[in-house]
Amino acid sequence: MPVYALEIIVVALGILMLMLDAFAKLEDKRSIAWLGMLGLIVVFGLLFRVEMPDAEAAKASFWNFYSPTGGLSLYFKGIAVLTTIIVLIMAADHSPVIVSNTANPEPGAHPQAGLGEFFALPLFACAGLMWMASANNLVSIFVSLELVTITFYVLVAYMRRNVGSLEAGVKYLILGALSTGFLVYGFAWLFGITGSMDLGEIKTALADSSVNPTAALFAFALILVAMAFKVGAAPFHMWVPDVYQGAPTPITAFLSVGSKAAGFVVFIRLSGMFLSSEFLVGKVSMILGVIAVLTLLIGNLVAIPQKNFKRLLAYSSIAHAGFLIMALACSPKVSKAGESLSPTNVIAFYLGAYLLMTLLAFLVMTTVRRRVSGEDFDAYKGLAKRSPFLAFALLISMASLAGIPLTAGFFGKLFVFTLAVQDSQWVLLTVGLIGAAAGFYYYLKIVASMYLEKAEGSETVANYAISIPARIAMIILIVAIIAAGVMPNLIFGLL
Amino acid sequence: MTILEIIVLLPILAAVVIALGSPARITALLASGLAAAATFVTALRFNLNAEGGFQETSSHPLLSIEGFPDLSLSFGIDGISLVLMILTVLVLVAAIWAAPAENSIKGSARIYYASCLLIGGGALGAFCSTDLFFLYAFHELALIPTFLMIGLFGTGENRVRTAWTITIYLGIGSIILLIGLIMAVVHLGGNTFNIADLVATANSSDNAIAPEMQNWIYLILIVGFGILVSLFPFHSWAPPAYAQAPTPVSMLHAGVLKKFGLYGIIRIAQPLAPQGAETMLNLVLVLLLGNILYIGLVTIAQKNLNRMLGYSSVMHMGYVFLGVVSGTAIGMNGAVLLMFAHGISIALLFALTGSLKSRYGTLEISELGGIAKSLPGLGLLFGFAAFAAAGLPGFANFAAEILIFFGAFQKFDGNIGWLQWTTILALWGVVISAVYMLRAYRNVFKGPENLALPTVAKMGWQEKAPILLLLVSLMAVGFVPELLVKYLRPAVDAMNLFVGK
Repeated sequence: MPVYALEIIVVALGILMLMLDAFAKLEDKRSIAWLGMLGLIVVFGLLFRVEMPDAEAAKASFWNFYSPTGGLSLYFKGIAVLTTIIVLIMAADHSPVIVSNTANPEPGAHPQAGLGEFFALPLFACAGLMWMASANNLVSIFVSLELVTITFYVLVAYMRRNVGSLEAGVKYLILGALSTGFLVYGFAWLFGITGSMDLGEIKTALADSSVNPTAALFAFALILVAMAFKVGAAPFHMWVPDVYQGAPTPITAFLSVGSKAAGFVVFIRLSGMFLSSEFLVGKVSMILGVIAVLTLLIGNLVAIPQKNFKRLLAYSSIAHAGFLIMALACSPKVSKAGESLSPTNVIAFYLGAYLLMTLLAFLVMTTVRRRVSGEDFDAYKGLAKRSPFLAFALLISMASLAGIPLTAGFFGKLFVFTLAVQDSQWVLLTVGLIGAAAGFYYYLKIVASMYLEKAEGSETVANYAISIPARIAMIILIVAIIAAGVMPNLIFGLL
Repeated sequence: MTILEIIVLLPILAAVVIALGSPARITALLASGLAAAATFVTALRFNLNAEGGFQETSSHPLLSIEGFPDLSLSFGIDGISLVLMILTVLVLVAAIWAAPAENSIKGSARIYYASCLLIGGGALGAFCSTDLFFLYAFHELALIPTFLMIGLFGTGENRVRTAWTITIYLGIGSIILLIGLIMAVVHLGGNTFNIADLVATANSSDNAIAPEMQNWIYLILIVGFGILVSLFPFHSWAPPAYAQAPTPVSMLHAGVLKKFGLYGIIRIAQPLAPQGAETMLNLVLVLLLGNILYIGLVTIAQKNLNRMLGYSSVMHMGYVFLGVVSGTAIGMNGAVLLMFAHGISIALLFALTGSLKSRYGTLEISELGGIAKSLPGLGLLFGFAAFAAAGLPGFANFAAEILIFFGAFQKFDGNIGWLQWTTILALWGVVISAVYMLRAYRNVFKGPENLALPTVAKMGWQEKAPILLLLVSLMAVGFVPELLVKYLRPAVDAMNLFVGK
């Protein structure tokens, strides 16, 4: 089966779900979500069965805008599919909140009217993310990116009776459109300099000394603005906290994992073209270094005083983007130590670990949200008493995000730091150290409120009903975080 | 599965089982008892005729990718790690024994016992890992349990604040340490995390780290490990944490976990950056004098028994440092022996103050007085422990300290150098520790009885047993240091000790 069949299946599945929503008389629309989930699990299995055409044949075929760059693109497709599966689980759990914020005043309407699209739209975003992982042509990158972004515009503003969600939607739309403008302009410059839309050809053209470095750097700067926006890197991170806080929780999870991972694939591809050119590498990695320092400092330090868990995770997502860009800024070269780590692999590993721990946190958040309204730290006080399992799941997630050894998150940081040492990036290392130390504090803050503080008011004793899929997903994620924290080969083997 | 893997896995698995619902105290006692038994079997099986090197080795490769050191979960022991493992299992058994019964713990007894086991299991894993990565990772296993234990079960109003202080302080220390370790590994070729291979590379003249870089790496490692050992001036986290932590955590942390930093310096920092160690010798000497003299004087001024013990444990780290940097085999033997002796004696003291605290509800020295009359057994035991900590002959502490002082003076060549001056000054620490220990003993146990104190129950055997276990091991090693030194000698002789000045 060719690789692109997977995207086709996902899109078809999405359309099927929309049709079911419109024409089938379903009592409980959550069954649409279960259908999507099962379908995606099948797609995830198929990822291991696709055949890779050899590079030459692929170049000649109609699908030449869609490159099968080995395991890496499959790996990122896997991240997209896995994220979507868990997002659907969360969306099903979250449906009472969605329904109450989209309620239709018309008499006789289905009590869950409008819920179906909420389950179907993530499928289209997923197809876009999967395509992005394989896109090797400027146009193809742009189109897949837009497929994802436009879906997200709808999803972020989905709770139409909720001011926060609408505000988030508008902010995301305006800033997203602006960043898209930068991206297209950058692509136009790139095409103007090199005369090609194909990433491979552009790479060769940029490596040529005849290229005008100023024009190339200008194109890079424009692209950087757009990419920094997509992955939430400073100083283009302003939208992240507000949008994360306002969007429905499953969509926040989707944005923070799926969208970020795909953003980084494109970021790696695009910056890779500049980094492989001898004439540009110095300046480009310096610019990336500056962005990394800013992102690390802002993400980690502003996270410290946060009181809302969702906002905290927004800043944490910025902080992790900082570590990832730090890896990108370390240009691979042969040092005294011999071969150095490949930044691409480091980023891929980090994103895999980040997926596990962040989705776990969001799963717990969605479950808690069913009992307690709001996502302030107060809602998590005494959670260890109310639900030891949820508290433990969140403890593991936070330990991994903080980078405590024997969790997957630690290896992510270890690889990034090793890369920085191999490249002698002392400034980046120092800033990374400050960031990691700050991380200890703000991630443990949530642990402290779960374990060390007492719940206020009536929420003292409650049995948290954890839906079965959510429970299974949580157990799998906990095991995966610890297993990958002892045996990183589990993730590295997939690359 | 080798015996070492079983020893490390037992407490960790027991913690998991307890979390899943098995009876906490029995499971914990059983697991730690089995781990202790297995450790003693290992000691009996230990080949004393081998010339250094690791024994009982096992290795499971976990990661081998381009540009990153090969990673494997590997265990092995030499004499130094064996002695520290014996220390760990003794303290672990005593700490769990001394922990309150399940129904008298306010809050979750499962978290209580599982945390103790994780702290102990982490220390065991760190001491017998022959892979740098896991040496580091196992030590970090204790971070969150310590945080929860102090925050949940600690004493005093501001226990949450104390829990934060120790966690952030140690967290920062570990990150600094991590960067130092990565630098060392990368500059030694970056092919492996295997400690023996790294040391071999560092000793070969071609591939050793460049001297300039060695200074930096050693400095970063000293700061990182120093924070974990509470080297002056990075000590301020220790006394309040020990004073407020629940008794088993104080015992495990002060007795065992803190030794990890010293173990790291012996095992990693000095062998990997020997020239750095030589350049930075004088700096370390000044800092360790800070531990012995400055902290010693601070200890005298303490008004709370547990805080005093906390400071005294910080102070004694200075002696161990002196032995470690003395650059002589005698000094190094003494240093490891003192790690053992101090670990046992401080755990012993904390167990005793835990008993006091549970009876009187206070450890302010001024509020206690003359209690040996109502608690003669406890008074006698405390007297022994206090004499041991002050370095009276007959206890392991004396044997260790005398070795350190001899070792540090061994290189005397007619000129009194930095090392010798430090030794002369450090000797005054013995006087200081006698002052604070005897004063505390007199004020708490002897003298006029404070009539305001409630009448309390005498110590039962159940309560005395863990204390006697520690006391007997301390005296056994004190009378026959050879019991442990025979393990240490080959390991220390195989080390390439740097030349102290």
